[in-house]
Amino acid sequence: MFNRRTLIGAISALALLSASAPAFAQDNYDIALISKGFQHQFWQAVKAGADKAAAEFGATVTFEGPETESQVDRQMDMLAAALSRKPDAIGFAALDSQAATPLLQQAKDAAIPVIAFDSGVDSDIPLTTATTDNVAAAALAADKMAELIGGEGKVAVVAHDQTSRTGIDRVDGFVNRIKEAYPKIEVVSVQYGGGDQLQSTEIAKSILLANPDLKGIFGANEGSAIGVVNGKTELNSTIVVIGFDSGAAQKGFIESGAMAGAITQNPVGIGYETVKAAISALKGETLPPIIDTGFYYYDKATMGNPEIAAVLYD
Amino acid sequence: MTDIAATPAKSGIRISGAFHRLLAFSGLIALVVVFSLASPNFMQTQNVLAILQATSVNGVLAIAATLVIITGGIDLSVGTLMTFCAVITGVVLTYFGLPLPLGIVASILAGTGVGLVSGTIIAKLKVPPFIATLGMMLILKGLSLVISGTKPIYFNDTPGFTQIAQGSFVGAIIPAIPVPNGVMILFLVAGLAAFVLTKTALGRYTFALGSNEEAVRLSGVNIDRWKIAVYATAGGICGVAGLLIASRLNSAQPALGQGYELDAIAAVVIGGTSLSGGRGTVIGTLIGALIISVLANGLRILSVPQEWQTVVTGTIIILAVYADILRRRNL
Repeated sequence: MFNRRTLIGAISALALLSASAPAFAQDNYDIALISKGFQHQFWQAVKAGADKAAAEFGATVTFEGPETESQVDRQMDMLAAALSRKPDAIGFAALDSQAATPLLQQAKDAAIPVIAFDSGVDSDIPLTTATTDNVAAAALAADKMAELIGGEGKVAVVAHDQTSRTGIDRVDGFVNRIKEAYPKIEVVSVQYGGGDQLQSTEIAKSILLANPDLKGIFGANEGSAIGVVNGKTELNSTIVVIGFDSGAAQKGFIESGAMAGAITQNPVGIGYETVKAAISALKGETLPPIIDTGFYYYDKATMGNPEIAAVLYD
Repeated sequence: MTDIAATPAKSGIRISGAFHRLLAFSGLIALVVVFSLASPNFMQTQNVLAILQATSVNGVLAIAATLVIITGGIDLSVGTLMTFCAVITGVVLTYFGLPLPLGIVASILAGTGVGLVSGTIIAKLKVPPFIATLGMMLILKGLSLVISGTKPIYFNDTPGFTQIAQGSFVGAIIPAIPVPNGVMILFLVAGLAAFVLTKTALGRYTFALGSNEEAVRLSGVNIDRWKIAVYATAGGICGVAGLLIASRLNSAQPALGQGYELDAIAAVVIGGTSLSGGRGTVIGTLIGALIISVLANGLRILSVPQEWQTVVTGTIIILAVYADILRRRNL
């Protein structure tokens, strides 16, 4: 029994050590990015941008985020572990604008520069925030929706969640723009599917079944938008769908015409600018309070344009 | 689960528990040694405190789950019950503006109340625990969103609320080791739960229900009452977890909680509590919860890519349970 136990111990120790080997190949700056998510293609595109900047400026970047965008405490644990690692700089996309304040203070006390990305925090510790103006981006989606449905009729929104900054800003940006600028358009329903494709599909179907005269749905993030198209296809509906972000599935839907178009942020740019800002900070350069990473509306006709193709991800 | 199996199991409880504890404990030590050797930043006071802080919520939830699992049941609602209790505290303190002690009492009462309901559904309506608590998990998730108006409730108007988890009573006495209060609360809950399990009638019936419910019933005991009491106790403990997480985040986050039950159950299983009931210890669960946080923290300190972190964690869970099986074969 002791042999077996020692063996198991030895094997797991070896596995751990070999998995951690890349950690010893560090050079120059060590930058820890704590993101809002990880598996989602959007965050992977942010990571790709960060890696690109890391290669360009000679830094080592780690990228981590919790499994879902509600796990605020898990994100705190990740930030705490990153601080213990004593990186040269930290990039942080806050799930909650206040929860991280004590940890950010720790970073400040340890003279570790913090760059916020994607979402800001209620704190003056981050030197800058690299982000998309989500309210303006969703308002652009509202303008395009109005244009495509001829300025009147019923529309709906399927969004990812009610608590995150992007969820709130995109719903508000879309709904308020419709209210202000298009009196003949009515937003009949705003529903939340957690960014889950299947759940968003079911939501879209129920909205369509409840409102047979619906003209269009805005899907406020990648998972929501894909769900909306799935729901539309399953019910053989012809409504106008406008999505958000990109990814292979959404790009395919736009190619095929199932989705009219989508708003894209510049996730690669968010990652790139975050790392670039961190390095500027380490070199003692001053930074603007906000780095606007921009957004575009794209459809089948404009997808191939170089400035748009460059920010779309698969 | 038969009469024949119950007799030897009874005499084996202490020995097997001690053995497994030793095994899980040596696993924990092995991890700590490996990480300390691999990175000088691991064994720093600040990092050790970060690990303990990261264990506090999952540890408390896992203790709640331990009680239920020892009865042979399961509680899938611990994560969303924690959130529900946090939201109730938010309503009491921030919406109603009542004093802090009432918020604390409200959280624990809310947890106990929900536990009573779950226990009653399981004991009286004979709904299997898996289904009853799965339903409760969803009900509570929805209610948390409804009550909070789907927004986080902040505790900015209750000074001192963040002290519950983030303050350090120990640090006030020994400034060199500012152990967060949340960690001390975890130890306190663990001590109380261990006392209840080993020294009280409720503890004896908890084990008895898991070993042989039928025998307990036939001996004339009102098993429904004890079962409800176990779920209610577990619910009250989830109320403590609700306070801890709300204090740590200075807010009740209504969308959080689902998925946390799996981490709690993982800690229970790594700690040697049998999912079929009748066997388990609080200290084992505590060690299980520590193994999970040490692993997560250590891999992060070593900059292991996140996709590999989850692979390693899953592997450790299987190894831990396999080691337990080997040990029992050898007995």
